[in-house]
Amino acid sequence: MSKIHVTTTINGDEVEYLCDPRETLLDCLRDRVGLTGAKEGCGTGDCGACSVTLDGRLVCSCLVLGAEAEGKEITTIEGMAQGDDLHPLQRKFIEHAALQCGVCTPGILVAAKALLEKNPDPTETEMRYWLAGNLCRCTGYDKIIRAVMDAAEEMREAS
Amino acid sequence: MRYHTPTSFEDATAIAARATGITRYLAGGTDVLVQLRSDAVTPDDLIDIKHIPGVREIARTEGGGWRIGVAVAGAEMSEHGELGRDWPGIVEGMDLIGSTQVQGRATLVGNLCNGSPAADGVPALIAARATVTVTGPDGARDVAVEDIPAGPGKTTLARDEMISAVNIPAQGTNGGDAYLRFIPRTEMDIAVVGCAVNLTVDGDTITAARVVLGAVAPTIRLVEEAAAALIGTTLDDAALAALAEAAEAACAPIDDKRGTIEFRTDVAGVLAKRAAKIAYARARGEAQ
Repeated sequence: MSKIHVTTTINGDEVEYLCDPRETLLDCLRDRVGLTGAKEGCGTGDCGACSVTLDGRLVCSCLVLGAEAEGKEITTIEGMAQGDDLHPLQRKFIEHAALQCGVCTPGILVAAKALLEKNPDPTETEMRYWLAGNLCRCTGYDKIIRAVMDAAEEMREAS
Repeated sequence: MRYHTPTSFEDATAIAARATGITRYLAGGTDVLVQLRSDAVTPDDLIDIKHIPGVREIARTEGGGWRIGVAVAGAEMSEHGELGRDWPGIVEGMDLIGSTQVQGRATLVGNLCNGSPAADGVPALIAARATVTVTGPDGARDVAVEDIPAGPGKTTLARDEMISAVNIPAQGTNGGDAYLRFIPRTEMDIAVVGCAVNLTVDGDTITAARVVLGAVAPTIRLVEEAAAALIGTTLDDAALAALAEAAEAACAPIDDKRGTIEFRTDVAGVLAKRAAKIAYARARGEAQ
C-alpha cells in the first residue's frame, strides 16, 4: 500500500512525513515526527489526552487522519513553552500540583490555552464545560481548575 | 484503504459509484474514525469531502433561510450568532454533541448520516422543516430531513448518492424553536430522550407546530398528533397535557442502561412540554 506524502506546519515549523492513509494525526505526531507530548488515552475522542489545535481549532488528534493535516497549521504541547520559559499555565500547574501521573496534562494544557485565547476571563463553569472532554483519573479536577483560573488571572494582569 | 480528496460532489459520488468495497465519506470524522479505529468499519475507499468548495460555509439564502455546508463543524454553528438567533434549537441541539474537541470537527450531516435514533443534531432540523440536497448520478434533489434515517445506522441514501448541503427555511418573525435532551449527567453522553419543538404564533395563538422525538424509536420521529395538540391553542394546561399524551403515545423505545421503556416514555412527555414552553416564548419574542 502506497504511503501519502504530507507537508504541514507544526508549532510554526514546516514538517513533512509519509503516512499510511489509516494513520491518525496522533500516530503521525508521535511515530513519524517524534513529538510524543500528545498522548493516546482512549483513541476514540473521549478522553482529550491527544488534544492539539488544527488551524486554531481544538481537536482530538486521534480523530484526525495524518493525511488530513496537509497544508494545515498544527500546534501541540511542544509549542507551548518558549525555550526554558514555561507558559503561565504550565507554571501554575506545577505550583498548584495540578497533575499526578501526567498523561492527561498535555491535552489539558493545550485545551485550556485554546479557551484562554478565545475568552481570557472565563467563569469556572465555562472552564469546567470547556474541559469536559479532558479526562483525568488522578486529581479529581479541582486542582486543575484552580491552576487554570489562576493562570488566566495572571495572564490578564500581564496583558 | 484508499484516501480520496475530490474537489466536487460529482467527483465524490463518482468515486463512490465506482467503488466495489466499503465506502465512507469523511467530514469531521468523529464517527467514521472511531469506527475505523475500533475495526468496526474499515472502508476500502474513504472520500474526504472537505476539499469541495463551499463545504465550510454558512450562508443566508435569498428567501431568508440558511444553507449550511456539509463540513461545517458544530463550533462554527455556535459561534455564528445570526444562525443561532434565527434557529436557537438547531444550534443548541448540535452543540450538545460531545466535547469541545468533538465540536471542533463534528458536523450536522455526519450526525444525520450516522443514523443514530439518538442523534442530537437532527430533531430540531426536522422540526424546522429543513431539507438536505442529495447529489447523485442524476443530479441533485432536495429531500426532507425526516426521510433520510431508515433505522439505527441506516439511511435511505443510495450507494452513489451523498448529501451536499443542508437547507433551513426562513424562521420569520413569529416563529421559535427549542431542543432539549435528557442524559443522566450534565455533559458528554448520549440522549435518553431528545425533543425538538418548532412553533409559529399569531399573537398568543399557535398557528403551526412541529414536534420531533429522538431516542424513543428506531428512527427519530416527527409526531403529527403532538403538533395537532398545540395548533389553535395558547399553550394552556390542557394543550400541554394533550401534547404530553401524544408524545408518550409516539414512543416505542428500547430498555437499556440509560433508561427503561417506562422512563423514556415518561420523559418524552416531560421534555415535549418543556421544549414547547421555550419555543412558545421564543416565538412570541420573549428572550429565552
